[in-house]
Amino acid sequence: MADTIIANPTAGPATETTVQFLTPEGEFAPSESAEEYASYLDRLSHDDLQQFYRHMAVVRRFDHEGTNLQRQGQMALWVPSHGQEAAQVGSAFAAKPQDHIFPSYREHAVAHVRGIDLLSIVELLRGNTHGGWDPTDPANGNFHGYCLVIGSHTLHATGYAMGMQRDGVVGTGDDSVDAAVLAYFGDGSTSQGDVSEAFVFSASAQSPNVFFLQNNHWAISVPVSVQSRIPLYLRSRGFGVPSVQIDGNDVLASFAVTAKHLDEARAGNGPQFIEALTYRIGAHTSSDDPSKYQDQALYDYWVARDPIVRFETYLRSLGEGDAFFAAIAEEADDYAADIRHRTLALTPPPASIMFDHVYSEPHPVMQEQKLWLERYEASFEGDQA
Amino acid sequence: MSVTDLTGTATESAPASRVEELPMAKALNAGLRQALADDPKVLLMGEDIGRLGGVFRVTEGLQAEFGTDRVVDTPLAESGIIGTAIGLALRGYRPVCEIQFDGFIYPGFDQITSQLAKLTNRGSGAFSMPVVIRVPYGGHIGAVEHHQESPETYFAHTAGLRVVSPSTPNDAYWMIQEAIASNDPVMFFEPKSRYWPKGPVDFAGTAAPLHASRVVRTGTDVTLLAHGAMVSVLMAAAEIAAEEGVSAEVVDLRSLSPIDYGPIIDSVTKTGRLVVAQEAPGFVSLGSEIAATVSERAFYSLQAPVLRVSGFDTPFPPAKLETLYLPDADRVMEAVDRVMAH
Repeated sequence: MADTIIANPTAGPATETTVQFLTPEGEFAPSESAEEYASYLDRLSHDDLQQFYRHMAVVRRFDHEGTNLQRQGQMALWVPSHGQEAAQVGSAFAAKPQDHIFPSYREHAVAHVRGIDLLSIVELLRGNTHGGWDPTDPANGNFHGYCLVIGSHTLHATGYAMGMQRDGVVGTGDDSVDAAVLAYFGDGSTSQGDVSEAFVFSASAQSPNVFFLQNNHWAISVPVSVQSRIPLYLRSRGFGVPSVQIDGNDVLASFAVTAKHLDEARAGNGPQFIEALTYRIGAHTSSDDPSKYQDQALYDYWVARDPIVRFETYLRSLGEGDAFFAAIAEEADDYAADIRHRTLALTPPPASIMFDHVYSEPHPVMQEQKLWLERYEASFEGDQA
Repeated sequence: MSVTDLTGTATESAPASRVEELPMAKALNAGLRQALADDPKVLLMGEDIGRLGGVFRVTEGLQAEFGTDRVVDTPLAESGIIGTAIGLALRGYRPVCEIQFDGFIYPGFDQITSQLAKLTNRGSGAFSMPVVIRVPYGGHIGAVEHHQESPETYFAHTAGLRVVSPSTPNDAYWMIQEAIASNDPVMFFEPKSRYWPKGPVDFAGTAAPLHASRVVRTGTDVTLLAHGAMVSVLMAAAEIAAEEGVSAEVVDLRSLSPIDYGPIIDSVTKTGRLVVAQEAPGFVSLGSEIAATVSERAFYSLQAPVLRVSGFDTPFPPAKLETLYLPDADRVMEAVDRVMAH
């Protein structure tokens, strides 16, 4: 099986060009390609490292609770993030408060880092809302809405960054002002025209974009080798967008590389592309069955490269003890219990939300149909339930 | 909704009146210039709109006046144009996108219908999507495939979008500014065959509401209804009808979504007959929708079935056949004769 993995250039394990600080065994042994990023780790305190672990562990526990709640009928669908925590947490920590994030729909850990109440994701997947959080609320960390049409939002991210350029918040040299946009998407998305157009437009505008691809190796059931015959990080170079491939299960690589390329984007050096090699442990969503398409050897290969286990080993090598990990496990359980409690307390949304925000300004058809529905429903009042 | 008669306002607002005879393309240019001057957040983006001034010269001179950040020559990709406009709108800008020709809008269809139209609703109203998409549309210009289509129905069918189409230079000047000022996405369909005929533009007048339909010729026997370039065809048909002793009232729809039914129902209540004309194919079209609604709301006033006069349910034909495809005044009169027979 190992030969097959290596023969498939897009599904391969880290190569010498892949940026990696932590080996799968949790040993700090930077690859040669990691050297130019090493100084970015100097920005991290021990508390930051603890926070990396904390976010990864809490969101994995949340993700399992999401699957459980879906299986128990509380949601029609769950979108698991298991396995991709390092790619998400490291890159999310690299973003500054003034940066904006355009996620796809699996970025639960990024959402958590940016301050989103993850119950919102439950509400979305439960069918209470198409959105769930207000990206204009400062409490939500400039984390924009999930986007279910894959790749579409890479263009929104590009336009947003073009707006930052016009606002004069790029390349000023002031660290508290300069801003960039970080957009997440997956390997399947890279086949969408919108992603190529986002490369074209951002390269044309030299907009402050960092495109962060989580190559989790699967687009539901189709392997990444169907999407591309070359490693995906090479894809953007033909558009004039510099790129790098990282070990996406190494949270330190994810942080350092994203930090550097966000700096480049904020400084006015144009769009950047990062491919994080990671793996979707489990299903695309709760609606599919990975046992029908996933190879056991490949699965085992990636389970052995679990991002959280790896980072725990590293933290222990730095002297972190059982008490810390026990405390985080307890926090994660509490978080999941709170999500469960609040999920069970959710009530259906009022019918008015169908009509109230279709337009920003008054619209006669919305007003008429909302009123019609109210009267129609009222006509049953007094009937036997 | 109130209705402002163009010829009326031109004289009524006499003290400040400043009327110029302009073609619609120049009226749109003036409207865009005014919008750019009024609000620094307004920007124009599209293919060839900067140095060239657009293939129809609607944006001529604007890049030189307002700079390349505000009048943007984009890469040639419609999904990219609309998608980046959405991002700019999220950042607080008011993008006005030009789609070069009607038939080129489809690569941007997903961004328009799945994103632009739905984002405000998805965000529970936390933010607006003030994006205008200008679309030169329709036939009569003898052009090649994909350059003469009337795709407005697709967008009228999509909740979250507003859809309008001016028929005169004066409306074009005012409606483009109203569309840009709207906090909702507006599909702005420009009847390209009307880009060049001149008409009065009252720069000191007042704008009729963006979504008001308007009676542009009064009559008593039959109501003729259309939007865009077809309004001038109806005016010609009404002249022919008058010669034949039939008094036709002509209503300019102006807004395709929402539709301002007040003046339409009032007119049909008076005349008892309605003919709806459009360049687009008739099947599942605006004409179909209006016929159904008028039948619901004015059933007891109707003395004849509502008739639709439209393009055929075929692809737009090669240009040498366009005069057969596009309804002209005679085709409208054929329908008038049929409703008058009741």
